[in-house]
Amino acid sequence: MFGRKVLLGGMTATALVAASTALAVDPPKLGQPAPEMLIRLFDISIPPDGTGLPPGQATAKQGEAVFIARCAACHGEKGEGATNDRLASGVGTLQDEIQTFKTVGSYWPYATTLFDYVRRAMPYNAPLSLTDEEVYAATAYVLFLNRIIGETDVINAQSLPAVKMPNRDAFINAYAPR
Amino acid sequence: MAKTPNEAQPFADAEPVAANGLLHRRLFLSGGAFFAGASALSGVLGARPASAQMATVPDWRKEPGKSFTPYGVPSRFEEPVQRLVTVRAPSYPSPGAGSSRTPLHLLEGIITPSGLHFERSHSGVPDIDPDRHRLLIHGLVRQPLVFDLESLMRYPRVSAIHFIECAGNSGGGWAAQPPVGFVATMHGLLSCSEWTGVPLHYLLEEAGIDPKAKWILAEGIDAAAMSRSVPLDKCLGDAMVALFQNGERIRPEQGYPMRLLLPGWEGNMNVKWLHRIKVTEGPTHTKDETSKYTELMPDGKSMQFTFPMEVKSVITRPSEGINMQGPGFYEISGFAWSGNGKIKRVDVSADGGASWAEAALQEPIASRALTRFRLPWQWDGREVILQSRATDETGAVQPTRAELIGSKGIKNAYHYNGITTWEVRASGLVKNVWA
Repeated sequence: MFGRKVLLGGMTATALVAASTALAVDPPKLGQPAPEMLIRLFDISIPPDGTGLPPGQATAKQGEAVFIARCAACHGEKGEGATNDRLASGVGTLQDEIQTFKTVGSYWPYATTLFDYVRRAMPYNAPLSLTDEEVYAATAYVLFLNRIIGETDVINAQSLPAVKMPNRDAFINAYAPR
Repeated sequence: MAKTPNEAQPFADAEPVAANGLLHRRLFLSGGAFFAGASALSGVLGARPASAQMATVPDWRKEPGKSFTPYGVPSRFEEPVQRLVTVRAPSYPSPGAGSSRTPLHLLEGIITPSGLHFERSHSGVPDIDPDRHRLLIHGLVRQPLVFDLESLMRYPRVSAIHFIECAGNSGGGWAAQPPVGFVATMHGLLSCSEWTGVPLHYLLEEAGIDPKAKWILAEGIDAAAMSRSVPLDKCLGDAMVALFQNGERIRPEQGYPMRLLLPGWEGNMNVKWLHRIKVTEGPTHTKDETSKYTELMPDGKSMQFTFPMEVKSVITRPSEGINMQGPGFYEISGFAWSGNGKIKRVDVSADGGASWAEAALQEPIASRALTRFRLPWQWDGREVILQSRATDETGAVQPTRAELIGSKGIKNAYHYNGITTWEVRASGLVKNVWA
């Protein structure tokens, strides 16, 4: 009767979509222990506290060449935007009556998001092709274009999470568990 | 004087319940009235002179048809029923970042055919070999686990009908001028399927959740590795690792071989090509939950993590491009939905919101699913302003565009759920307008 009990549990879950799908018996446990190597390979997400940022560092000065070579075609040489998003300037336009520019400098709340996103998804035509040093370099250059850091400031695992983004305090967590 | 077909109306004796010819929904709900109407309607059609073509036996009656096929496709005459795809220059550098839209105006019922489900992707549709795909669960768990598809297929499954709506759907509503085009142009980032899969909490509980855990990060294995943070309580509720869509395995555009399904929550969070779940203490603040999919308010603040899609409806017949064919009887019909539960009622107005008639809701009325509404209408041929207004089971009522903009401003870009207004002109032309 194992199968029948499971089926009844499943039906209950279907009827009460939002309810917990309690089973009469435990579901099977078929997950395999995840090898440490697999986790290291795929654990690329970087939260605001910078946990998981890799070794390496760069300045905006070093980042300019990376940006021109790998980013500027879509985002413009100064991050002014081209076929794809504008990355720089726009500070003070969030309430502008005519035009608003939500850029890294005017809008993004955390600098760690920039490193995370560039490393996971950029450039569009060749994700994962930048070294960690190059990601730090591009990150530093975009922060510099937005006048958030100086041209020779070193960006690494310690300094990146410490960067205070201009619009950080404007974000309100609206999530209220039901 | 002999009655012309347009004057011989099946519901001519029906009492209007709101201005400009809106009739009582009971004409659809009660069998008797409906069949009375239907027989009168067939009388109308019978009164039309048959064309010479109709009086000949068609070719397909005179020879056997095609033999059997392993996978059926729509009639060749239905070729125009397609997703709306944005045409871009061949030189456009990121053709896989964008969307295609469901042709809502050409569909019936509530289920979107899988091949017409809207697409939204950030770096194209990956061609995933299911045998090489893995789902990794790690982070704040007792034992990090990895699942292959074969294992996941052995878990008990659940099925449920749910809509998925892009958080940016209807975003044209924030603009100063109404978008021009079919209803799909503005509202087509919306689809509804029967999803089947494994409740996510089975897998999380198997890995053992650390008491400190409050969120997860869900990530796809597309070239953008699209990722979103999700509160743990949703993951332990109705969240599902979906494997099937409308009875068959999920389409590549929808996340083959597996996607996260978070019923009622903004489409972007229903991570496609799901390959990694990291259990975390707080949100990761990814690109798609900070720079995008956050609601910029008039005071310059931004609301973050506004997950459920709010109560909403839209009339799809008539709608822009689905014009009127002269005065007479019409069925007004459309979709209503809410990310917070079931639709409780839909009201329709033909006078710009001054008077309302309650529409009939077609079964099934499922939680966080599209609901089909219908209302009989006797159009006298004069210009009218058509609107629909949905109410969900929490009591939330769909706002007018003015009310929405009054509270959220015009720079929000997401979560637009204002009432849609169709101007029906005397010529029969239907236009999207701001009321």
